[in-house]
Amino acid sequence: MAVTSGTKSGSVSAATGTWALKRGLAQMLKGGVIMDVVTAEHAKIAEDAGAVAVMALERVPADIRAAGGVARMSDPQKIVEIEAAVTIPVMAKCRIGHFAEAQVLEALGVDYIDESEVLTPADEQYHVAKHGFTVPFVCGARDLGEALRRIDEGAAMIRSKGEAGTGNIVEAVRHLRAITSALRDLHEHAHDEAFLLTKAGEYRVPVDLVRQVAQDGKLPVVLFCAGGIATPADASLTMQLGAEGNFVGSGIFKSEDPARRAKAIVEATTHYTDAKLIAEVSRGLGEPMRGISMESIPPEERLAVRGW
Amino acid sequence: MGVAAVDVRRPEQLDQVDALIIPGGESTTIGKLAAQYGIISKVRERAAEGMPVWGTCAGAIFIAKNVPAHPHPLAALMDMTVERNVFGRQIDSFEADLDMPVIGPKPFHAIFIRAPRIARVGDGVDVLATLNDGTVVAARQGRLLATSFHPELTPDRRLHEYFLSLIGGAP
Repeated sequence: MAVTSGTKSGSVSAATGTWALKRGLAQMLKGGVIMDVVTAEHAKIAEDAGAVAVMALERVPADIRAAGGVARMSDPQKIVEIEAAVTIPVMAKCRIGHFAEAQVLEALGVDYIDESEVLTPADEQYHVAKHGFTVPFVCGARDLGEALRRIDEGAAMIRSKGEAGTGNIVEAVRHLRAITSALRDLHEHAHDEAFLLTKAGEYRVPVDLVRQVAQDGKLPVVLFCAGGIATPADASLTMQLGAEGNFVGSGIFKSEDPARRAKAIVEATTHYTDAKLIAEVSRGLGEPMRGISMESIPPEERLAVRGW
Repeated sequence: MGVAAVDVRRPEQLDQVDALIIPGGESTTIGKLAAQYGIISKVRERAAEGMPVWGTCAGAIFIAKNVPAHPHPLAALMDMTVERNVFGRQIDSFEADLDMPVIGPKPFHAIFIRAPRIARVGDGVDVLATLNDGTVVAARQGRLLATSFHPELTPDRRLHEYFLSLIGGAP
């Protein structure tokens, strides 16, 4: 879009798709909840519950897990309907490395793309080269190295992977703790050049990025939690562990009363240190999603190991 | 900047601050939570007492008296009409240099993310900046300040200083 600035002395052309704009939108979502939705009706329920954005996908992760087969990006018709139904940002998932799905999603005007391990990976060697897109990307990570590799490729927001579709928070907690403890470790060694060089090698990213993260003691982009949040207390737990917001997938639309649970999870995320309030909003929410223990998922069915 | 900043999440915290900044975010989410926790009536009360309030992007929507088709209650403090998401979706978000004489001759580099525009200003509202097509993107009414863009995302502090100058001064 060709908007130019209002300077009187020679106008400067406006820029779109910049790093600041990509990171900036995620900054505006901080402290909020992004909800997985399959249909426009879901999206409306999510918006009414106070979601800061919705994530369009073909099926919620619990159903992907149950159905098996290949999971792909949503039907564009569904995405258009979701965009028409809500005013909050609409995100959508593409398969790892499937840059053509990403191009389609960008053409549909989605506000953020999640290059997601929840869908069946399309490329076993390369993730999408994300810097070349105008639309920003969010990617999952299990540890700091994975997060930095995705940022180096152009991800403007990072989320834990967790183990989607399980209603089990244990993997997300593991990933968040791995990221935050590695960040602390880097920060403590911010002036130890040999340490930073070693880490850059280990993480397979440029040392400049490692130096910057070590100095700041935090990622250069927003960090959300995803994968397994099913209750308001889960949402509070991840925020207290350092997440800056939450993605909730199957946890809402696989529960007994999605609208009430969605609202309760939003309130618990906003007021994550207020245990009394969380106790209040958690009362009588009905059944949460059933949930799956990690031991019962065979290794080849685990989603978090997709991507590298 | 010699100012202590606190996160306001509950209405009683508004008694402890000299000025309030409502930053960007999603106005539907902000409006919903603010109404539910009694923040809207408290913001109105403190603003009526002369507390300066600055809304950026979604915050500007929050303080506008008129927001067409907004689904939730808002604070409705400043006499202007603000239209949401007028520039398009995220791929249309943009950066631009703005001429803003009240903060000095150097242009202000502004970040617009799914930004609103100020479609109409009432009497007593000063326009502080426009895009070069005339779209109003910053305005002030007494101790109320509204910007469509995000000064919280850039290192230029001049607008923050301008806002602080509204504390305790003549309205």
